[in-house]
Amino acid sequence: MDEQRYSRRDFMQMAGVGGLVFASGLPGCATYGQSRPDFNFIQLSDIHWGYDNPKVNPDSKGTLRKAIATVNNLEQPPDFIVFTGDLTQTTDDPKVRRQRLREFRDMAAELKAPKVLFFAGEHDASLDRGEAYQEIIGGPLYYTFDHKGVHFIVLDNISDPAPILGAKQIEWLKTDLARQQPDAPIVVLTHRPLFSLYPQWDWATRDGMAAIDLLMPYKNVAVFYGHIHHEHHHMTGHIAHHAAQSLMFPLSPVGTAPQKTQLPWDAAQPYKGLGYRTVQATAAGTPQRMQELPVKA
Amino acid sequence: MRRFAHNLAATAAIAGVAGYLLAAAAHGAAAGERIALVAAKFTFSQPEIRLKKGRPVTIALTSPDFMHGFSVPDFNVRADVVPGKAVEVTFTPDRSGRFAFLCDNFCGEGHDHMSGFLIVTDD
Ligand SMILES: [Cu+2]
Ligand SMILES: [Fe+2]
Repeated sequence: MDEQRYSRRDFMQMAGVGGLVFASGLPGCATYGQSRPDFNFIQLSDIHWGYDNPKVNPDSKGTLRKAIATVNNLEQPPDFIVFTGDLTQTTDDPKVRRQRLREFRDMAAELKAPKVLFFAGEHDASLDRGEAYQEIIGGPLYYTFDHKGVHFIVLDNISDPAPILGAKQIEWLKTDLARQQPDAPIVVLTHRPLFSLYPQWDWATRDGMAAIDLLMPYKNVAVFYGHIHHEHHHMTGHIAHHAAQSLMFPLSPVGTAPQKTQLPWDAAQPYKGLGYRTVQATAAGTPQRMQELPVKA
Repeated sequence: MRRFAHNLAATAAIAGVAGYLLAAAAHGAAAGERIALVAAKFTFSQPEIRLKKGRPVTIALTSPDFMHGFSVPDFNVRADVVPGKAVEVTFTPDRSGRFAFLCDNFCGEGHDHMSGFLIVTDD
């Protein structure tokens, strides 16, 4: 029921802003917008495999498995699934890092989807610039792909110890965007927020505005990210930024705690604050719709 | 004043960090407050730093183990704390209140908790 409450609020917030309309998918309301969704994808984020604090998540070994089971049984299977970073809990031991990445990779292999995509979070990649991640998960740290007319751009703001994209990647982004039409539907996937949500808690990308400036001329852009472990929506001009929940521990939103706080487990509402997201996208770029799904006990 | 501070840092590189901190303390009386702060995995040597609004402060940073960051987003202050080097930031808090400072270079397992507060009071 929570997701219905969110959906109305978010729809009200988003509806009037820019060309994109975002609303959670209300059951039985599959054609809320004008055009039908062309495909959906699923965003899973902040798995933090290896995290161990029973006061926050007594089911740290089972939460991802439950989410995978639910996703595998969805009525409307996704075209693809993307993990938006922090696949593992960080460790100073390179051997343990590799072990966690392998265990995560083997679990993710149980997902029944035509395509499963990955990129790293700072917990996976900041201490060795993505070496273990690339060894075990594979692929580049930033890349693009196209799906049914939508251009997806994966940005890396985590493999440098500093929360940056870096000049080289910004140049690469500029070159990639130069090939796109101004009205091309573009979805950016990244780990940290590109805008300065709350740098006091490391919720920012130091040079993220450079990327946002490059995206500004494009009419249909949305950014999906993780890192902050709760649902959050923000507009920079006409560009919408959507943070997903974690599948390990929720973090307090800004203004609700004096410091960044992992929210304790609530036995009356197990898995509260944890979840994942489905996104319905259209090749026309708009509207896109989202639904936040809970982890079921 | 700035040139003097730089000379001081250069001297410190020769004299070693301990000598530098003594020199810094002596210098403090003339140039506003000076505070020595060590950033080491995974804490700052002072979790709370008390400052006066409108009074310039120089924070002299050192690290023994990693290029930590020192960042105070509310005052637009940040620096990389390079091991073996004396790094200074000078600023004047223009508001009173409680402001977070943090390490903003990912330094390891305890990084997420490597932070503290500036407590700025009116004079
Ligand atoms: Cu640090
Ligand atoms: Fe995370």
